[in-house]
Amino acid sequence: MSTQIPKQTEESTETDAEAEPASKGDERRAEKRRRAAERREQRQAEEAEKAAADESTVELKVFRYDPQVEGKQEPRFDTFHVPFTKGMTVLDALMYARDTYDSSLTFRHSCRQAVCGSDAMFVNGGQKLACKTQISDLDEPVRVEPLPHAEVTKDLVVDMEHFYDQMEAVEPYFQTNEYPDGELEEQRQDRENREKIKMSTRCIWCGACMSSCNIAAGDNEYLGPAAINKAYRFAMDEREGEEMKQKRLEIIEQEHGVWRCQTQFSCTEVCPKDIPLTEHIQELKREAVKNNLKFW
Amino acid sequence: MHEHDVVVVGAGGAGLRAAIAAQEAGADVAMVSKLHPVRSHTGAAEGGINAALRDADSWEDHAYDTMKGSDYLGDAPAVEALCQESPEEVIRLEHWGMPFSREDDGRVSQRPFGGLSFPRTTYAGAETGHQMLHTMYEQVVKRGITVYDEWHVMDLAVTDEDDPAERTCHGVVAYDIQSGEISGFRAKDGVILATGGMGQVFDHTTNAVANTGDGVAMAYRAGVPMEDMEFIQFHPTTLPSTGVLISEGVRGEGGILYNEDGERFMFEHGYANNDGELASRDVVSRAELTEVNEGRGIEDEYVHLDMRHLGEERILDRLENILHLAEDFEGADGLTEPMPVKPGQHYAMGGIETNEFGETVIDGLYAAGECACASVHGANRLGGNALPELIVFGKRAGRHAAGEEMGEAEVTTGRSSDWEPADYEFGVEVGETDGSDPAAADGGAVATDAESVVGGAVDRAQERVDELLSRKGRNHAEIRSAVQETMTANVNVFREEGRLEETLEDLREAREAYKDVAVSDPSRTFNTDLIHTIETRNILDLAEALTMGALAREEFRGAHWRKEHQERKDEEWLKHTLISWNDGEPELWYKPVVLEGENKTYEPKSRSY
Repeated sequence: MSTQIPKQTEESTETDAEAEPASKGDERRAEKRRRAAERREQRQAEEAEKAAADESTVELKVFRYDPQVEGKQEPRFDTFHVPFTKGMTVLDALMYARDTYDSSLTFRHSCRQAVCGSDAMFVNGGQKLACKTQISDLDEPVRVEPLPHAEVTKDLVVDMEHFYDQMEAVEPYFQTNEYPDGELEEQRQDRENREKIKMSTRCIWCGACMSSCNIAAGDNEYLGPAAINKAYRFAMDEREGEEMKQKRLEIIEQEHGVWRCQTQFSCTEVCPKDIPLTEHIQELKREAVKNNLKFW
Repeated sequence: MHEHDVVVVGAGGAGLRAAIAAQEAGADVAMVSKLHPVRSHTGAAEGGINAALRDADSWEDHAYDTMKGSDYLGDAPAVEALCQESPEEVIRLEHWGMPFSREDDGRVSQRPFGGLSFPRTTYAGAETGHQMLHTMYEQVVKRGITVYDEWHVMDLAVTDEDDPAERTCHGVVAYDIQSGEISGFRAKDGVILATGGMGQVFDHTTNAVANTGDGVAMAYRAGVPMEDMEFIQFHPTTLPSTGVLISEGVRGEGGILYNEDGERFMFEHGYANNDGELASRDVVSRAELTEVNEGRGIEDEYVHLDMRHLGEERILDRLENILHLAEDFEGADGLTEPMPVKPGQHYAMGGIETNEFGETVIDGLYAAGECACASVHGANRLGGNALPELIVFGKRAGRHAAGEEMGEAEVTTGRSSDWEPADYEFGVEVGETDGSDPAAADGGAVATDAESVVGGAVDRAQERVDELLSRKGRNHAEIRSAVQETMTANVNVFREEGRLEETLEDLREAREAYKDVAVSDPSRTFNTDLIHTIETRNILDLAEALTMGALAREEFRGAHWRKEHQERKDEEWLKHTLISWNDGEPELWYKPVVLEGENKTYEPKSRSY
């Protein structure tokens, strides 16, 4: 059911001629309700007017699918016209469409500031975080689809389980055998070393990289850029020590590890946190080679 | 029905820490969260974690600063626990690999923060919360703790004795967002609520869309009092168009606030002659809005935060994330221009009444983190004190729930001998409206054996979902935005009696409207319409309690400013506000604040910065 700009409702609100108010408080409340209803009507009218005027409206074409709901089992695109405001992001536009036109429009979102990683989507043919993608930077109509190469759960929501499984396959937690003696004593870390791992620790698990990767699309067991980046974050952290680094390199050198990467840079291009994923993968390959030579 | 020793609701900083602690104490733990753990809003915390790590500093100084910051409404035993245990917890995070910012000698860096007498805020750039959240989730993965992610907890399974203090919590009932299945989770040893903030009660907030105060509202309806709900922190530096947070770290590093006339108003207009921009958050927020209200704001809305003089190198080293946020969400380049900022809702000091071990008045029910009120923040939270609260009180609640012996609590819960009834008359009816959402009210289980209590809660939740999905009615979004609008307009930084009363009326109207709420999406698959509708009920209950507290507290303390009552009244108001749901007829009462610490009593002093 394609969603149109809603017609302004002509009916007056039901509060007008209700039972006589019993007290001053009731009168005041009735009056307030009247005013609120007027404000609401006025707002809706303004919204409809704005949406109708072409230049200030943005056209969204949004992928819809629900395995259970009749009429949505066959994937389709719905069109929404959303009044444009300065600074509007794709997420803002989707929320407006949902709250104003169709409350069943479904997408993940939470923080609205590019740190929770919930709202990676395929926008005009590229993996983007909806909350940090400005509508004004996009060609219209704006086409919004779920992340490719993932199973669609509903509308823009994809099943993230496979992504999480890959993340967890690289032993994604700090391990060392060399803690300082005192309980209140921190491990020392050089500023340079912290700087070296900094970008890799910024990953928000949005899944954009995995979705963009041709190799991951063809090899379901490939660890993928995000998981390898997670391994990089620990392998390069001097606090874990040399022994642990060997173990890290063994994990990423497995059959579906770093050697699958064909350096197409698509993951690096789509990463919303600007993590140099391909470089990290390349560096791990070099480390692995150096490491293997050492044991010859 | 699922069964575990300890069930943790929410998987942000407090929940993760609680789960790890409970498991280390030998419990079989499950986490149930409406978001995957790494999506939690702890990840948005920027500034840092206060911890007295160095020889020149002491936990006693940290406790003094915190009590002063709280405007003497923090409970000393909880405050001292925070300050004593934060250092070891911070070092533990470091041992778990958290990438803290470092000094030249390789030790963890610390920076100055508002209201602190020593630079004791440890940090990881301006993304401390992100690093903390991921570090702790890594530990949960390592330990193989069961996580039910994208399961929305709808209600607690609590027995129904008349006196809440005699009730027992046996578990929770949750809705699997993915499949639409409703399931009971029996908790043999305890349920720990760690559901975070309630910022969605307001419309200009740094909080996530998911921060709807679910745990607080559930505990409230089950009979646990809500404490000090009127104390809401408005952060002085949020981006005007979205509410995205600009860390206090900017001012900690030397950032300066200017008004439209280019005046450094914190000094030039005398708001904080000593500490200037680094005065406590409530002081800075009021100063900014006063500037705007007196016509010295930019575009009559905001002020400028300038960090250009810090230089590119320092900014990139310590505040890089701020550059991205200002660019992406406000189109401002922090390296070449000042950033527009204004106050926005940021943090709820109040919440579920607990003691210093996270226990509530209901047996087997715990709370930790922002949803709880122990109380460590009193009337105003200091920057850098929220993250240590998560790890210190998450750990404590986890251990206690798992059965570890931790001694006698000094902070009381429920009505002990020194409670005091309130004699405030609200002009407007509050509480449950007839016939609205009956399944959502109260603990309400008739049975007493654990299985039946959980089973009953599941049945009621199922009934409620079926009803919401099958009937026709209004969409929740309109009701939610009406609540957010009136709260932001009237229960903001500046509060006055008439407008607070008006808000209670608006909220009454919203409750009436909610009677007709319905979910139009019929799907059992990922039905966010349903989840948001259930959340809106929680928002309504919390907004009302918050406004009731704001009306009743006729004084000016910390973040709570009242036009008609321009001073702190220690004679009358060194006490916590508590609101009990009382089966739908909310009741207001008080209990005294605990100012006696381990070795000293914190005498209230005037609070100037």
